[in-house]
Order: sequence, then C-alpha cells, then structure tokens
Amino acid sequence: MSTATRSVPRTIGAHAILLTYTAIALFPVILVIMNSFKSRAGIFGAPLTPPTPKTFDLIGYTTVIGQGDFIHYFQNSLIVTVASLFFVLLFGAMAAFALSEYRFRGNSLMGLYLALGIMIPIRLGTVAILQLMVASGLVNTLTALILVYTAQGLPLAVFILSEFMKQVSDDLKNAGRIDGLSEYTIFFRLVLPLVRPSMATVAVFTMIPIWNDLWFPLILAPSEETKTVTLGAQLFLGQFVTNWNAILAALSLAIMPVLILYVIFSRQLIRGITSGAVK
Amino acid sequence: MAADIRPKRPFRWHIGVFLAPAVLVYTAIMILPLAGTLQLSLFRNIEQHQVFVGLANFRTLFGDPNWSVNFWNALTNNTWFFIIHMLVQNPIGVMLAALLSSPRLRFSAFYRTAIFVPTILSFVIVGFAWKLILSPLWGVAPHLLDLVGLKSLFTPWLGKEEYALTALSLISVWQFVGIPMMLIYAALLSIPEEVIEAAECDGITGMSQFWKIKLPLILPSIGIISILTFVGNFNAFDLIYTAQGALAGPNYSTDILGTFLYRAFFGFQLQVGDPNMGAAIATMMFLIILGGVCVYLFLVQTRLRRYQF
Repeated sequence: MSTATRSVPRTIGAHAILLTYTAIALFPVILVIMNSFKSRAGIFGAPLTPPTPKTFDLIGYTTVIGQGDFIHYFQNSLIVTVASLFFVLLFGAMAAFALSEYRFRGNSLMGLYLALGIMIPIRLGTVAILQLMVASGLVNTLTALILVYTAQGLPLAVFILSEFMKQVSDDLKNAGRIDGLSEYTIFFRLVLPLVRPSMATVAVFTMIPIWNDLWFPLILAPSEETKTVTLGAQLFLGQFVTNWNAILAALSLAIMPVLILYVIFSRQLIRGITSGAVK
Repeated sequence: MAADIRPKRPFRWHIGVFLAPAVLVYTAIMILPLAGTLQLSLFRNIEQHQVFVGLANFRTLFGDPNWSVNFWNALTNNTWFFIIHMLVQNPIGVMLAALLSSPRLRFSAFYRTAIFVPTILSFVIVGFAWKLILSPLWGVAPHLLDLVGLKSLFTPWLGKEEYALTALSLISVWQFVGIPMMLIYAALLSIPEEVIEAAECDGITGMSQFWKIKLPLILPSIGIISILTFVGNFNAFDLIYTAQGALAGPNYSTDILGTFLYRAFFGFQLQVGDPNMGAAIATMMFLIILGGVCVYLFLVQTRLRRYQF
C-alpha cells in the first residue's frame, strides 16, 4: 500500500464500501416502492422479492386515490413551493444585486443582517409568527406559508447570489449605462440572464426544504383546504396504520415526484453544492 | 467637510427599490417574530392580559418539576442526538467523500447521486418507511438480520425506551449523510494536484496521505459541517413527530427540544397550550443555537487556518 496509490485491491475495496453504502441508502426506498405494487399476502409473505404476476396488486393505489384528497394536497404544495420560490429568487436576486453592485453606507452591515437568518432557524419565531398570522387573518391560508417560506429562503439566496453577481463583468454593466439603460434594465436584461445557472442552484436548495416541511403547515395551515402533501401524507399515514397496502402506496406516491425531479436536476444540485455553496 | 467637497450625488433610489422587498419580508416575517418570541417569554397571560413577569417563565421552566424534568430530559436527549450525528454521520460522510474523490474512480457520479437520495426525501417518508422496516409485524429487519445470523439481536428498537432515541438518531444519520459527503467531497476536489504530487514525491501515500495532508486541509469544511449539524439537530422536530408522535414515546424517551416546544406551545391531549412557556423554550433553543454559532465563529473558525491556493 505504501508504493502504489491506485492498486487493484484498493480500488476494489473502495467500490465495495461505496456499493454497500449505496445499497443501504437505496434499500428502504426500493423496498417501499416494490411492495406498494403487491397484494397484502405478497407484502407479508415475501417482502424482499419484486412483485411477481401472482403477488402484483394495485389495491393500495386505488385505496389512496379513492380516499385521500391527494390531488388537492399536491396542488397546494405546488402553489406554495412555486410561489415561494418565485419570490425568493426575485427578491433575493434584487437584494444580492444591490449588495454586490453598489457601494453605499451600511452595505456590509446590511449583508450581515441578511446573513443572520442562515444560522438562526425561522422556526424559533413560530410563537410570534402564529400571533402575527392570527392578527392579520392569514391563518389557514396558503399566503401565510408563502410568506414564511419566502422569509426562510431569502438569507441563503442573497448570500449565494451575491457571490455570483460579483463575477459579472463591470464593463458589460458600464457599457449598458453609457447606452443609457436604467439600473433596472441593467439588472433585468443584462445581469439576471447571466446568473441564471446559479439561480437554478438556489432554486433547488430552496425548494427541497419547502416541499418537505411539516412544521409550518401543521401550525399555520392545518385546515383541509390548505393541507400540503407532506402534512396530508402524515395524517393519512396515521389513520391507515393497519392498511399496509394503502400506506406503502401513499409513501410511494410521495416519494416518486421528488425522486423524478431529483433525477432530472441532480447534476444541477450536485454542481451547486460542490461549487457555489462552500465558497 | 468631506461631503461638501465631493460633488453631491443624487439619492440613488434604485438601491432602496432593489433592497426593499427582501429586507421588508425578512424583517417582518423572520426578525420581528424572533424578537417578539424572545419578548413573549418575559410575559405571562393573567386574566386575558399579557403581564410583564420578568424571568418568572424561566423560573418555572427550571424550577417547577413539571417542566424542568421534561426540559432537562429533552435537552439531554437532544445532546445525545447531536453526539450520534457527530460520531456517526460526519465520519461516514468524510470516508465516503474520501473514497469518491480518489482519482479515476468509476461510477463516482452514480454513487454520489444514489447516496444523496435519502437527503431529498421528506421526514414523513423517511420516518414511516423506517417504522415499517423496523416493525416486528412486517419482519423485514429480523429477516435481514437472520441472513447474517444475528436474528437474536432483533428487538422492536423504536418501541424500547433504551434504544428508541439511538435508533431515530441513526435514521436521521442515514437521511443526512449526503450533506457532509458532498461538502467534504467539494473540499477534497479543491486541493490542488501539486500538493498531492509533492506528498507522493516525499513517499506519503495512501492512508497516511489522507491523515497528514488532506485532513488538515479540509478541517475548515469539517468545522462548517459541525455547526450545520448542531443547528439542524437542536432545531429538529419532524422526524420524531412523524415516527413517535408529539408525545415522543415510549415514555418521552425520544423527546427533543423541538417536540417539547411543540407540546408546550400548542398543547397536546391533556396539556393546554401556553404560548408564553413555548416562547420561553424557544428562547432557550435560541440561546443554545446562538451559543453554538458563537463558539464556532470565535473559537473554531479563527483557529482553523484557511489555505489559499
């Protein structure tokens, strides 16, 4: 081992460890999805085998789709996530532009103020947030969730985007100024298109915690009309403790959209983590 | 005066316009409620009026056995939760990253993508999926243990007071190991080739190269991961709530600060919700997290040399 760094046993060892861990990481996910397509007898009789024609059954899915308002919950989650994402990206990019482009008094102080939220979780303010939402009549509305998630996502978005905006060439912006473009046009027409890749990174980072959050839907919007998928799944799973087909199907339905999105965007996400986020 | 000498610039309204939306939303929804919560912890609701009571809520929290037993229990459990993450999650993450970053490793993109999958799933899915797997009813866990001849070790871990918290911590480790892996992987990739080549010329290869050359260079990233883990752990709630419910059973053995806050603030079953006590607990969590962040910023980060390449 002291002479060769890339010897065969080492490579095999590395692959063995990585493969083992990959199996550990994927096993529960595969197990759940696999068993969701089986009959009750199949689930309990042979949990580790893929569905065969004998054990194949969609009863779980028909129960879930018949029982829960999953389509509706799904819509709520989609509205909340997309709207929060839009505001985080728009407001975050605007603030990042102001902080990275202009020198003004209090610039670094403002940057520090906005960065505070990266370390201090917004959850700790829940008691007062609920009071605020009650006072403004926003309890059990999607607006409340959108507001909270926008505030939650902004600090990291401003932090990452201002790092990237510093790299946009000054000559380009000054050329625009000489041509008589307003500062707003420079931001929206010149700078925003150039930082689009980093916006995608921020989008993925912001999206996952919002989609998966249970705390705020539980406290701010637990009503039937405003339930998100995560909260709906939680309640549904609690009710159907004994119906294993339905539970496994509901879990699979909750896993699959995220998994599909992840497979599409994983390159973006991993590139984002390995380049921008650690700066 | 300096301002008189310089040509007076017109007030740049656009800076304000660019900053306003973010600052307003952030201040109104995050900073003010945070301050409001800290303030509420000093008040108490007496006959429908909020009355200033100083530190009385904290005296109740630490002095009244009904509260203090639960609080210390939650804090101890939370500390154990954090210790397991530091001892299991971060070393595994570093090891996986070290393996992934070895040059000319095939399929490394596949491993990276696959190991990160649990991190993107919600706590609800993770909590329930593991509950099913560990359930003695289904028998997947005992069956797997049987394959390696360890069936006698199986007990319903989530149902036993002495194992439940550790089992949940390990589930959380399983979910989040991707984050340290990715950040360390990025740090390892940024070590320049010359440094490694110089080490090889001096005959430092393999494991000793990792311990002597690479590990010191990635210490700042390990510092960042530790503080992220700390903040995440002392703010955790969802996994425990999904897997064990708000009562954090069996017999409060998995109660952490997040679930304790939820019960105090929102009430559960016989317990009536008390926003002021909730605020007091949130304040304690705030102080703990702030303390951790300060230790990191002033003690850890300043001592770790950042190497510029």
